[in-house]
Amino acid sequence: MLKVESLSAWYGAAQILYDLSFDVGRGEVVALMGRNGAGKSTTMKAVMGLLAKRRGLVRFNGENISDRKPFEIARRGLGFTPEDRRIFVDLTVMENLDIGRQPPRSFADGTPAPSWTPEQLFALFPNLAEMPDRPGGRMSGGEQQMLTVARTLMGNPLLVLLDEPSEGVAPLIVEQMAHTILALKKQGLSILLSEQNIHFARLVSDRVYVLEKGQIHWQGSVAQLDGNPEVQRTYLTV
Amino acid sequence: MTFSAFLFQALNGLSTATGLFFIAVGLSLIFGVSRIINIAHGSLYMLGTYIAYSFATRIGGALGFWGGIVATTLIVGAIGALIEVLLLRRVYRAPELFQLLATFALVLVINDAVLWLWGPEDLLGPRAPGLRGSIEVLGRHLPTYDLFLIVIGPLVLVALHFTLARTRFGRLVRAATQDREMVSALGVNQAVLFTSVFALGAALAGFGGALQVAREPANLATDLIAIGDAFVVVVVGGMGSITGAYLAAVIIAEVKAICIGIGVVDFGFGTVNFSKLTLVAEFLVMAIVLIVRPYGLLGRPQGQVRSVAEPEDPIRPATPALKALGIVTLMFLLCLPLVAQSSPYLLILGIDVLIAIIFATSLHFIMGPGGMHSFGHAAYFGLGAYGAALLVKWLALPMGVALTAAPLVALAGALLFGWFAVRLSGVYLAMLTLAFAQIVWALVFQWETLTGGSNGVIGVWPPKPFDKASVYFLLTLVLAVIAVLLLRRFLFAPFGYSMRAGRDSALRAEAIGIDVKRVHWLGFAIAGAICGVAGGLFAFAKGSISPETIHVSRSIDGLVMVLLGGIQTLTGPIVGASVFATLQDTVMRQTEYWRALLGVIILLLVMAFPQGIVGAFSSLWRRAGAKP
Repeated sequence: MLKVESLSAWYGAAQILYDLSFDVGRGEVVALMGRNGAGKSTTMKAVMGLLAKRRGLVRFNGENISDRKPFEIARRGLGFTPEDRRIFVDLTVMENLDIGRQPPRSFADGTPAPSWTPEQLFALFPNLAEMPDRPGGRMSGGEQQMLTVARTLMGNPLLVLLDEPSEGVAPLIVEQMAHTILALKKQGLSILLSEQNIHFARLVSDRVYVLEKGQIHWQGSVAQLDGNPEVQRTYLTV
Repeated sequence: MTFSAFLFQALNGLSTATGLFFIAVGLSLIFGVSRIINIAHGSLYMLGTYIAYSFATRIGGALGFWGGIVATTLIVGAIGALIEVLLLRRVYRAPELFQLLATFALVLVINDAVLWLWGPEDLLGPRAPGLRGSIEVLGRHLPTYDLFLIVIGPLVLVALHFTLARTRFGRLVRAATQDREMVSALGVNQAVLFTSVFALGAALAGFGGALQVAREPANLATDLIAIGDAFVVVVVGGMGSITGAYLAAVIIAEVKAICIGIGVVDFGFGTVNFSKLTLVAEFLVMAIVLIVRPYGLLGRPQGQVRSVAEPEDPIRPATPALKALGIVTLMFLLCLPLVAQSSPYLLILGIDVLIAIIFATSLHFIMGPGGMHSFGHAAYFGLGAYGAALLVKWLALPMGVALTAAPLVALAGALLFGWFAVRLSGVYLAMLTLAFAQIVWALVFQWETLTGGSNGVIGVWPPKPFDKASVYFLLTLVLAVIAVLLLRRFLFAPFGYSMRAGRDSALRAEAIGIDVKRVHWLGFAIAGAICGVAGGLFAFAKGSISPETIHVSRSIDGLVMVLLGGIQTLTGPIVGASVFATLQDTVMRQTEYWRALLGVIILLLVMAFPQGIVGAFSSLWRRAGAKP
């Protein structure tokens, strides 16, 4: 689904990512793990085309998207939910969803991909259903987190880059978010998520890449990570 | 003034408010989405009046007039779209001020294009077919066309409000105003959105201009007057708020109309001519609003634009090669009086360039390292020039005293205005400095008994031996070198570091104990004082000073010089001022259409050197140096 080869990226003159290579298969949930500043969010922005300077090959759904603009990448079915959520605060919940709206699409092999309507999304996130006309600026952090995921799903993506879905929200919402991710996976959505919380990652992911200082230091299944306390200690625990 | 006369003036003000609203609301929409302050918006408004005039006179009748207004709106909208696609699209990633420079170049080009197409005379269109009469209001005749204007303003306000609130286009505009990068990450093509918003804004300006055709003659000075008014309206109303724009347009039009209505009033101790106050009234309103509500009446703090331009490079001390180049240039300049025996014009040009260098480096001091984009640097130039000239005129003081007083007068003004200005940032700061400059200008213009009004102060000639161009050139050179070195010294002192820290992150700077406002205030004052030296030198170099030499255009010239040279280096303003002053003195003499030529040159420079001339050369230099 998504295949990244030798991705490097810069902020101004500072290089943040060094030759990252990873992939996400169809219907798979993959976690990018690492501490603050390891380069998780930068990786997602680089894949999404949001960084001015980047190098490397990004293939998505059988197509090279390395030199595409963000809106072209989004229109090919790559969704992005940023860690700081970036809800449009002046717009209501419904209006926020409308900004994300795109037509349904198919996989490269022609099979139809999963798609979502506002009604289905309200069923997935019951909290949002209670406040369709509330401005984004007057929602709690957890509600905003749900809205940002729902807004991305309005674009009927094939794969979602989900940046730190568990950050800064109440434990109850974290649990709900884990259920949501599993439900989405069941519908056929592929997900690349970035995560610091090993428990959350263990709940939802199939495979894990561990990042440190902009490089991938370890990769494997969740079970392998569980059996490797040294990797956990070196790169993940605070 | 009777109550009925007062009400009648108020109605008059409402019909003027409509025109102000149309131009301001487009400016505000465009700024909201693209973060570009389109200085050429006044030019689009002016184009509207001229194009509508042609339709109304060539085709004539109701079709030519009313159909012409519709056609004009569409044509100006299309011109706006073209400008966005051909020009602005190339500069979205450039620093904010470069975009200003590009749109300012458009002002010059459009003005000369209009001059070429329609000629220099004022053109008064026919009266509106079907609305030629007047109705009686409070015993006076109100033209029905004014009534029509009073009604159409709120109608368009409601229509725009509906479009923004209820349509997908409106939702996209509102979302992009807050976070355009996120909008694009959700699959929206920004290019199309930007072009359509620009076209809409341009069409509104064109519509507003076209409606004026039956009211006021089409005039070549409309562009800068209209943009000045629109800035004030947008800033008073709050950037991005269309209701705020209407509210502000009404307030400003009313204040002006009522000032005219009041006329001359005798207060016993003296008479005040209120109708003359119209020149400053709107800027006074703006200054008051900005001080009380820094984001305008209905505005909110602007959303941060994410990762558009690269972070600014730190200022580097001069390399030995650059220092050597500086010394060689200085030697050459010292010898210039000897070389120039045969052509005295070279020395006059030299003096102009040196004064421009002092002016531009002092502006760069607050713009670059201070991050305060002053749109009113002419104020301190004017205070210095008038300070020196008036001392000579009224007290017959010698030149030495007058030239010493020049920076002190400017310093006093900069301390006063700067205290308010540093409380704001970004566009709002720019607009407040513009307002203060306008107040200085109006003061000089109106206070005839002291300043000679529009005639200015004449006979400010330097005494012997400075009356010789070569000696005066050397004096200017010495003062310019001192000014540049002094500003440089400030920048590489802890004071300069604090100023830059405050620019890059006010919060972090304050957390380590820097009083950012105070540092910026002092920086503002220093820049003002040095600029006063340029003003004083200018007065003695020309032998006179008049209000038009300290008008808005001088502030803009300063911006162009700084941006042309590049804002990230200290050599930038020097090179920029030299190039600009030389171009102005030479190109201006070559052609009738010097504005357009200058505009095209600026556009080419902006496209070719998005970091300014010096910025481009130094990055070339670094790239060459980095190669093995």
